[in-house]
Amino acid sequence: MEEAVKELIDENQEYVINMGPQHPSTHGVLRLVVSLKGEIVKNVEPHIGYIHRGIEKMCESITYPQIIHLTDRMDYLSAHINNEAVCLAVEKALETDIPDRIKIIRTIMSELTRIQSHQLFWATYGMDLGGLTCFFYGLRDREKILDIFEETCGSRMIVSYNCPGGLMYDIHPNFQNRVKEFIKYFRRTLPEYDQLLTGNVIFRERTMNVGRLSLEDAISYGVTGPSGRASGFSCDVRKHEPYSAYDRVKFNEITFNDGDSYHRYLVRMKEMWESMDIIEQLIDNIPEGPYAVKMKPVIKLPEGEYYQRVETARGELGVYIISDGNKNPYRVKFRSPNFVNLSVLNLISKDFKIADLVTIGGSLDLVIPDIDR
Amino acid sequence: MPFDIYDFTSFTQWIDTSLRSSMSPAGAVAVEFLIVGVMILLFYAVIGLFLVYAERKVCAFMQNRLGPNRVGPFGMFQTIADLVKLLLVELVPIRNADKFLFNLAPFIVITASFMAISAIPFAKGLHAIDLNIGVLYVIAVSAMGVIGVLLAGWSSNNKYSLIGAMRSGAQIVSYELSVGLSLITIVILAGSMQLSEIVNAQSTGWFIFKGHIPAFIAFVIFLISSTAETNRGPFDLAEAESELTAGYHTEYSGIKFAFFFLAEYMNMFIVASIAATVFLGGWMPFHIGSWNGFNAIMDYLPPFIWYLLKTFFVVFLMMWFKWTFPRLRIDQLLTLEWKYLLPINMMNVLIMAFIVLMGWHF
Amino acid sequence: MKSIIDYIKEIISAVWSLLKGMQVTGYYFIRPKTIVTQKYPENRKTLVMMERFKGEVVMPHNEKNEHKCTGCGICEINCPNGTIEIISKTITTEDGKKKRVIDKHIYRLGMCTFCALCVKTCPSNALAFSQEFEHAVFNKALLTKVLNKPGSQLMKGVE
Repeated sequence: MEEAVKELIDENQEYVINMGPQHPSTHGVLRLVVSLKGEIVKNVEPHIGYIHRGIEKMCESITYPQIIHLTDRMDYLSAHINNEAVCLAVEKALETDIPDRIKIIRTIMSELTRIQSHQLFWATYGMDLGGLTCFFYGLRDREKILDIFEETCGSRMIVSYNCPGGLMYDIHPNFQNRVKEFIKYFRRTLPEYDQLLTGNVIFRERTMNVGRLSLEDAISYGVTGPSGRASGFSCDVRKHEPYSAYDRVKFNEITFNDGDSYHRYLVRMKEMWESMDIIEQLIDNIPEGPYAVKMKPVIKLPEGEYYQRVETARGELGVYIISDGNKNPYRVKFRSPNFVNLSVLNLISKDFKIADLVTIGGSLDLVIPDIDR
Repeated sequence: MPFDIYDFTSFTQWIDTSLRSSMSPAGAVAVEFLIVGVMILLFYAVIGLFLVYAERKVCAFMQNRLGPNRVGPFGMFQTIADLVKLLLVELVPIRNADKFLFNLAPFIVITASFMAISAIPFAKGLHAIDLNIGVLYVIAVSAMGVIGVLLAGWSSNNKYSLIGAMRSGAQIVSYELSVGLSLITIVILAGSMQLSEIVNAQSTGWFIFKGHIPAFIAFVIFLISSTAETNRGPFDLAEAESELTAGYHTEYSGIKFAFFFLAEYMNMFIVASIAATVFLGGWMPFHIGSWNGFNAIMDYLPPFIWYLLKTFFVVFLMMWFKWTFPRLRIDQLLTLEWKYLLPINMMNVLIMAFIVLMGWHF
Repeated sequence: MKSIIDYIKEIISAVWSLLKGMQVTGYYFIRPKTIVTQKYPENRKTLVMMERFKGEVVMPHNEKNEHKCTGCGICEINCPNGTIEIISKTITTEDGKKKRVIDKHIYRLGMCTFCALCVKTCPSNALAFSQEFEHAVFNKALLTKVLNKPGSQLMKGVE
């Protein structure tokens, strides 16, 4: 018994618990070593690498079209946007002109991906906070987007729909109708999300003023995406460096100045409305044309370094390719948003309660395979 | 001998006299104890199994799911299958656990709920023990369960369990006050602590209607604080799945886990029965003033059914809370109690006392 | 006095927000038609998969047991994981020419990531995706499949 007591309390009188790698609220195999004093979090030390697959190294031994299917498996919730990033980088290097049709379809698919990712965020965030019903409503609506993906891309989550020079297949004839149907449906159900969770007094109390990230910290740590924009960091790549068809649509970049968990959540809720607006502007204006540009059978990038950044559902994804002129890249580096966003966890969750650590971790919306790659 | 299904007094008396005529008084009492014990045990098991099934169906329907639908028609025997599975599951020994307390904890939890159920009047005359301080007894006994929770958390040698147990301790200590005060509001109105008296006093109208707004506020507060006391719904901090994996029963497996699980559901049933008994008229049928025809129709339903209907109505409310709201944080939980429920409750007791004093209630 | 009014207002707005949340769950509770659960093994007969669904790679054969695979090996080169292996053999055709044809087109389902590069790059459209999705087997060896049927031949007119 004496030994058991000694084991529980370490020298610094801190109560160290391991959250993860198997823990319901770390959303994957993230391990957080949390030092507690009572219920108060004193230090959080993330341990990563439990799902490291060496994607960057694997990229060096395969060709450019083959890289696409690996990027799906980084941030599996923004699979299509990751694909697009690599394709755009390759197309930039080859100076390929991409027809409007491809650009617009890519944009629509990206925004659908963003909506489904935010839906899953809403679902799991509700579950993290103990409202299990949110989980099922979120997944119920996400299923409708996944069905659209399945019909056009053949897969539900890991779509692999892009290839350098365009798309793998043309859109399905039902695509436009289905998307319109979904937008109509989701405009009706999204207010329910607010009714169930956003307005709820318990939810607001749990998230407001919890895990405040200042603008300075957001910029110096490089926190991007909804988490960065909640702190007032205007970092939307879609707005500042438009790619695909983002230069021809009107949408607002949602920013707040509070930077707490509640506003990180709110940015995502509002972004779903913006994404629906973007899709509505484009869905009726898909021009006729080929769905892919004819590329050489073996794609070789000219010698040099290429960088392309895109806005995934979680922040800025950068693809950095060094080519030595071969069919395989010399080096590929992904600047993954989740790895950067994770780095602020210790900063913003200090001196909050252990329940708040779950809230803050959930509000950063981490996808672990993207951290470990 | 004709038995009135609306009044069990004659039936129980007949059993008593026939037993006493055939054996010594001590033997008769022993046999009666046995009968009552077995009856309550059966009732406990059946209700527990049914509640688990009902919870799963209710939450499934709220979440656009079907819920259990494989074992038996509409998945009715799902919980029985679960029980069989739990009985067969290996009891995992925990290293460095305090073996005695570890094994004792589930029994304390389940005994506490078992004791509380004996004081509840199910129908006229169907009452295991009619204590003259019934309300006090129920509050006291139902609070005993937390000792089991604390012991479980302490003896498991698991850090998550310990945090969960400590949370549970803080929670019960504070919410016990609200439960007590909201029941006292009605005790003032009824003028008695005996549960059968309280039910009888509601023959002319349920206390929730009789006692104007204070009774309604007391009912709402009782619902909130009793949900907290049973570690359920938005107040399930002691087991907070997304924070503490499973809280105080993380290390339990098999039948010991089943005890905690069953006790949680039975506690919910017990507080629902108390709410039904004290606020909603217990087994009294629903009557409206002088609508004699309507009242006569209502009288046709047996009291036991009325009791079950009301209890399950309250149980449904508690399930509805659980499957809608996110969980509170520990400091918010205590804020809710000490800054909101307790002051409101005290004001409420005063107002109720004043109303009773002036004779303003119906 | 103002603080008391604020206190009461706070309580009322809080309770109102909770009731609004309960309205949503209550709405779905009384509408069993909104249930989205599919009873999977029972509806297996009526289950229709999307036509483009990537179940597994197959090689379509026509009624004369002919396929289109020339054994060129482009799918093998394009596969990122080494899922496909082609074993070819040399046969003598009727007019005496020697020709390389496919002996075995080996497809390892357990390694496949369904990137669809093999199907897309095949010059003679010999490969396709089937809608079969129940892949579970008890033996790992069963996941290695030979796509060309025994005794099958190259379709006439396909080079």
